[in-house]
Amino acid sequence: MDSTTRQFKDNARGALDDAQLQNALDKLGRGFPLKRLEAAARLPEFERLRDQAREIKNHVLDNLDFYLEAFEAKVEAAGGQVHWCADADAARRTIGEICKAAGAKTVTKSKSMIGEEIAINDYLENEGIEPIETDLGEYIIQLRREPPSHIIAPAIHLSMGQVEETFRESHADLDPDRALDEPRKLLEEARTRLRDRFLGADVGLTGANMLIAETGSNVLVTNEGNADLTYSLPRVHIVIASLEKIVPTLEDASTILRVLARSATGQEMSVYTTFCTGVRRPGDLDGPEEYHVVLLDNGRSKLLGTESHEMLRCIRCGACLNHCPVYRSVGGHAYGWVYSGPMGAVLIPGLIGMDEAAHLPNASTLCGRCEQVCPMRIPLPRMLRAWRHKLYESRRTGALGRWALEGWAWLARRPRLYRLIMGLGVAGLGMLGRRRGRFRRLPLAGGWTGGRDLPAPEGDTFIQQWHKGARGDASGERLRRRGR
Amino acid sequence: MTLPRDQILGRLKSALDRENRPPEAARARLRDRPAGLIPERGQGAPADRLALFAAEAERVEATVARIPGPAALPREVARYLAETNQPPALRAAQSLADVDWSSQPMLKVTGGTADGADNCSISRAFGGVAETGTLVFLSGPDNPTTLNFVPPTHIAVIRAADIAGDYEAVWARLRAEAGGGAYMPRTVNWVTGPSRTADIEQTLLLGAHGPQRLHIVILDDDATP
Repeated sequence: MDSTTRQFKDNARGALDDAQLQNALDKLGRGFPLKRLEAAARLPEFERLRDQAREIKNHVLDNLDFYLEAFEAKVEAAGGQVHWCADADAARRTIGEICKAAGAKTVTKSKSMIGEEIAINDYLENEGIEPIETDLGEYIIQLRREPPSHIIAPAIHLSMGQVEETFRESHADLDPDRALDEPRKLLEEARTRLRDRFLGADVGLTGANMLIAETGSNVLVTNEGNADLTYSLPRVHIVIASLEKIVPTLEDASTILRVLARSATGQEMSVYTTFCTGVRRPGDLDGPEEYHVVLLDNGRSKLLGTESHEMLRCIRCGACLNHCPVYRSVGGHAYGWVYSGPMGAVLIPGLIGMDEAAHLPNASTLCGRCEQVCPMRIPLPRMLRAWRHKLYESRRTGALGRWALEGWAWLARRPRLYRLIMGLGVAGLGMLGRRRGRFRRLPLAGGWTGGRDLPAPEGDTFIQQWHKGARGDASGERLRRRGR
Repeated sequence: MTLPRDQILGRLKSALDRENRPPEAARARLRDRPAGLIPERGQGAPADRLALFAAEAERVEATVARIPGPAALPREVARYLAETNQPPALRAAQSLADVDWSSQPMLKVTGGTADGADNCSISRAFGGVAETGTLVFLSGPDNPTTLNFVPPTHIAVIRAADIAGDYEAVWARLRAEAGGGAYMPRTVNWVTGPSRTADIEQTLLLGAHGPQRLHIVILDDDATP
């Protein structure tokens, strides 16, 4: 998909002014994090399972070539085929060719972030093949021609009224008098429409939450059951997956599944977890006759061993989005490409380049909640800092920002001067702000004070208080103890 | 011209210094398949495990009935359909061919795959996992996958003895029963409660694309029908 990541600042401004979006994000912020916390509390082993999940993926990344080759051999043994694709274009063409060879007119699809990454729907449409998204949220945004705004809740940004409007516009024969004023009625409308599409599709295209080297299987996790109707009804099943999705064994997949849903939605386990292996067996009454795995690199092999290496552990649960103060303020579309939130801010510059995504590493307060909740313990704040460092080194940071940083660095390396200036500054600001206790505006800090007041400093600087503590002052002593 | 496969693998191998680092640990992992940490929760005595399985399944909106054995199944199915006000018709998997439905003459039972018009299906679960109230289904000629997903009501039959504490125990049984051959069927389905979505304003609704109702019938093995 094309990115609007360059316009992150404008996108974010628009999102902040969108009352409806703010309402949805507010609801998200109150829902998912609490549910995750409850699920974690119900499982005493949760933290240790996170450690194990991390170790499994670290081991996989150290042996990625070995496991991919093992996977390929197993897929072939089960009557399937693996298609290795270096980039989005190769993956699109491969999928297009399989569809054409199958004589496909319609392709049902279950939600896939890789599908978004390679913009497969646009490609299929241009080739005269109709792609039909079947996850309810994905179906709605496909009708609206929008990208998903959340990894696991793609239509989180929409209100019920907007969904109704979309259905009335897109479902031409819909009775105008029919009430669609409750979520249940909207679901029924979509379910009925999609039923026939499921039964009539020629090809089913799914993503993969994992690939298993031991068995050559792909794992699909959904709550709706749409993926299961997608792969079981058509004659051809295509799986599109990026290469880091591989795990060694069914046991390893089970460990990761124990942390996936709990981190994502706070469920103990998602409703449907499916392991597909090869083609339908002799005597089977249903299931596909062809099984294709389109294995996509798209820049990932180049991330091995770089600062973004650990990002390849990501299992796309969305926990970092749900807990991020920036995501929860601006939503997913502001990030301008397929992924969003902290994982997006780390991944996108690596996949589409720093020039395009220069704003994203700065779209973070570095508060660290993403790392606290990441089931795979990906050090997202550290990786965001690494990108910031690279941006600075490659002179992509603005001139004013560079001067300010260089000036501060110069000063910070001269402790006496630093203390003198800080002491004067704090005393000066304290005196100036004595009357109101706060500043509504400050020179050179308009961006900061645009959204909030700066409290006027009271008393001494931190270092001054620290030294007072050293002389036995009670409050200073507390400070010193805390500092230790 | 290098094939994309060799290009990608070549890049990985050089990044991982494969020439000097043989993948011994990975080979061993595929051979030994070590289990990870298994939560304590499902590891109780069989009776506790059964109780936990039922409680966890009910927690995710499945309904659970326990009956003495297969002979009592027709009556339980008729009771359930009547209670939930559904037509007395069933699409039954071949895996339940040994059930004698004649005690319920009103019940119309057909075989085959689901065709989109069925209201209710019944199939047999290979195993259960107490830890999360999860059912495990294997696809095969006698248990088509579509029965688990297409009709709006799904009745799952499981023997009490097939309910394990954890997923790993079910994988181990699957491998053991294959006796060293290929053990994965085309599809293994873990099912934890009926289908749901929260895609419209984060409102939880049951019955998105899969079944809206999941009724689990546990057959107690030791009882005589």
